[in-house]
Amino acid sequence: MTKVKTVFAAFATAATLIVAPAFGQEAEADSHAQPQIEAQSWSFAGPFGKYDEHQLQRGFQVFREVCSGCHSARLIAFRNLSEEGGPGFTEEQVKALAAEYQVTDPSVAEGQRPGVAADYWPSPFASEQEARDANGGAVPPDFSVLAKARGTTQPGLWWVLNYFTAFQEGGPDYIHALLNGYEEPPQGTEVPEGKYYNNFFPGHSIGMAPPLSDGAVTYEVAEGEQAVPLTLDQYSKDVAAFMMWAAEPHLNSRKAAGFRVILFLLVFAGLMWMTKSKLWSRVKH
Amino acid sequence: MTTPDHNIHSTYQPTSGFERWLDERLPIVRFGKEHLLDFPTPRNLNYWWTFGAILVFMLTVQIVTGIVLAMHYVPNVSLAFDSVEQIRRDVNGGRILQATHAVGASMFFFALYIHMGRNLYFGSYKAPREILYMLGVLLFTLVMATAFMGYVLPWGQMSFWAATVITNIFAAIPVVGQPILELLRGGFAVDNPTLNRFFSLHYLLPFVIAAVVVLHIWALHVPGNNNPTGVEVKSSRDTVAFHPYYTMKDLLAIVVFCIPFAWFVFMAPDILGHPDNYVMANSQVTPTHIVPEWYFLPFYAILRAIDFNILFIDSRLGGVIFFAGSILILFFVPWLDRSPVRSGGYRPVFKLFYWLFVVNFLMLAYLGAAPADGTVLGLSVPTFSKICTFYYFFYFLIVLPFLPRFETYRPLPASISENVLGRTHS
Amino acid sequence: MANQPDLALQESPHSTRRDFLYVASGAVGAVAVAGAVWPLINQMNPDASVRALASIEFDLSAIEEGQSVTIKWRGLPVFVRHRTAAEIEEARAVPLSELKDPATDAERTKEGHEQWLIMIANCTHLGCVPVGESGDYDGWLCPCHGSHYDTAGRIRKGPAPTNLVLPEYEFVSDTLVQIG
Repeated sequence: MTKVKTVFAAFATAATLIVAPAFGQEAEADSHAQPQIEAQSWSFAGPFGKYDEHQLQRGFQVFREVCSGCHSARLIAFRNLSEEGGPGFTEEQVKALAAEYQVTDPSVAEGQRPGVAADYWPSPFASEQEARDANGGAVPPDFSVLAKARGTTQPGLWWVLNYFTAFQEGGPDYIHALLNGYEEPPQGTEVPEGKYYNNFFPGHSIGMAPPLSDGAVTYEVAEGEQAVPLTLDQYSKDVAAFMMWAAEPHLNSRKAAGFRVILFLLVFAGLMWMTKSKLWSRVKH
Repeated sequence: MTTPDHNIHSTYQPTSGFERWLDERLPIVRFGKEHLLDFPTPRNLNYWWTFGAILVFMLTVQIVTGIVLAMHYVPNVSLAFDSVEQIRRDVNGGRILQATHAVGASMFFFALYIHMGRNLYFGSYKAPREILYMLGVLLFTLVMATAFMGYVLPWGQMSFWAATVITNIFAAIPVVGQPILELLRGGFAVDNPTLNRFFSLHYLLPFVIAAVVVLHIWALHVPGNNNPTGVEVKSSRDTVAFHPYYTMKDLLAIVVFCIPFAWFVFMAPDILGHPDNYVMANSQVTPTHIVPEWYFLPFYAILRAIDFNILFIDSRLGGVIFFAGSILILFFVPWLDRSPVRSGGYRPVFKLFYWLFVVNFLMLAYLGAAPADGTVLGLSVPTFSKICTFYYFFYFLIVLPFLPRFETYRPLPASISENVLGRTHS
Repeated sequence: MANQPDLALQESPHSTRRDFLYVASGAVGAVAVAGAVWPLINQMNPDASVRALASIEFDLSAIEEGQSVTIKWRGLPVFVRHRTAAEIEEARAVPLSELKDPATDAERTKEGHEQWLIMIANCTHLGCVPVGESGDYDGWLCPCHGSHYDTAGRIRKGPAPTNLVLPEYEFVSDTLVQIG
């Protein structure tokens, strides 16, 4: 019986390996055709991933100077910027930053007051309609979980690998591709008035004008740190990393705890295995 | 042949005055000893038999994490999405609690499908275990209903549109369909009344499930467990006490099961979900691909496969009938299977059809996620789905009843202990 | 029929090692249970958004002498009063023997900032919010059951047992106070 099982298992494995590539050949209908999004290498990827504090600071700067003019981040509180596992601002810096912004507060005479650390990032627009009017009818999506609201797909059965690498970076990969994906429309393609051609945006006509270009943001180099190139590619990586932090602020501690938990479970499983074997050694089974 | 459990004399002797007093009033210790500790269990059970205990563990995990999440979640359309984010961000340990509950649902179904696969292979549904089995199918439907409603609660795009598409199924029922739909939804479309009642029922059903699990285990303890040979227990030489042998084996299985569980929870909590559920529900915008969670995919594929009219039944109603039928047919398996031999281990031809059924089920899952206008392995998704749906029903309606007429069986062991003695390890 | 005993627990040279294994597994199991239970309880503790408001800073510059404002701190109403010199004098002149809950005026203010009286605005009887600039002692009067507080918020008459409670606070500067 064991022999049959082994033969069957071998056959099943061989069949899967032979057949699997064929899954990649499926032709998807044109409406779903997506140019291949290049996977980037992110410091926070994988079971040992962590955010790069300096990258988060740069990404925050890009967000603050460029993106926050149109994009809200209503689930991000100023205090998050000084919490562990994030950009690493001090509480004083956060207090000063918050005070630069006016937040709506109906309990105050003017209905507005300077922000404090506990306040949430104020929206650039007073209402959704105002946001639409300022942006050609489209609402710039809120940044808070946007990096998790986007993803990439892998062809055929390649996605199975993602389960073993704990791949969760499809969103940042897409954001990076999008920001670098503005191009001249190909011959014969019409782009509606007020829209821009983007290689990766579904439907290719995006309402957002290319927000970044080389030299758009000037990074200050911290003492002892190496300068990074002031390029579109760098800005898009930094802001994508920042957006991932905005969506998953507890990533660092989650993965660190996970390592300890899994290690513990392996030890525990080993002990349980020995206990079970010892017990069962006294009976025929 | 061993007498069924209810004739077993209990060997419990109260050891203290208090125990004697309690035993005379509420024999709970006696009951625990009989059914949880001393219960005679076949000594040859393999690891496929640990998934029952794993399921009890998972039900406990889901109930406990669910109750805790309910302390922070708000079941209102304007606040639900944000309340879940508040749990992930601000509640102490909230990211892990929420991830455990969300990943836990997937792990629950993973264990459930393996448990059901074990039943179908080893004939655990056959007499005298028909009621045990049917309670199990009832549990399967209750778990599916609970998971479906739970997925709506975060109020993301997939939550909303899954609720819309699946409640629309009821509209396919002739005459009473539309009124039933509006009754279910509490309105013309999925909205706050729907969300509120789904929360209430999502909280309620797991306790109903727990009660049915009690019945399920009670029904199990009447004939006792099945075993890989399919040969019933004949004497006490065939069994061992449940404790410590199976308590420790089940605990081992639970700990090992927790390893992939922890891997997902801590390292990739969103990988089993869909990015579109991080977009707040919007009734005016449909996502490009509405996809249910993976555990519903095979049945979703069957639903989509019927895209043609059958006589006077339109394709929508046809799809619903096949969808419901694919689950309801499970109730009839004890009577569809005409084999005199219980375990697939002794039915070489049946084995092939069984494993083909498993591969077919996985294929249906793959097709359920594929775009309706795509192709897989050179075949169009609709065509492939029809072939796989055909085999799904063929297995239950043709293979199970008619294969026994042509089958030759491997010789069965005279008893479990004889089978065990014949093996090399002890 | 009861099960035949499966090899009754034998005393053997291996029994110590076997017992240790069971003890070790049990101990690790207990750690696992504790590790799982603690987060379930800790999630009920105040979350980060509540803890963020545990401490607030309040700007005193807009409050003129003789004026009071009521602000919210940790969900509670808090009186912030800019006392006049007369009120301070009145408070200092009260002999301790007359007080149900003896406390000097100095004990109820911060040194160098005696004009500022900051108190939780819940009557210590049953929690109602007292009304300012009323009552027999020029302080506060609780309308619910008639407790009178003086210009230092001390109970002088009525059923309340203790003075109005002082929250934890500190002057960041002459015009900025941090409460909590």
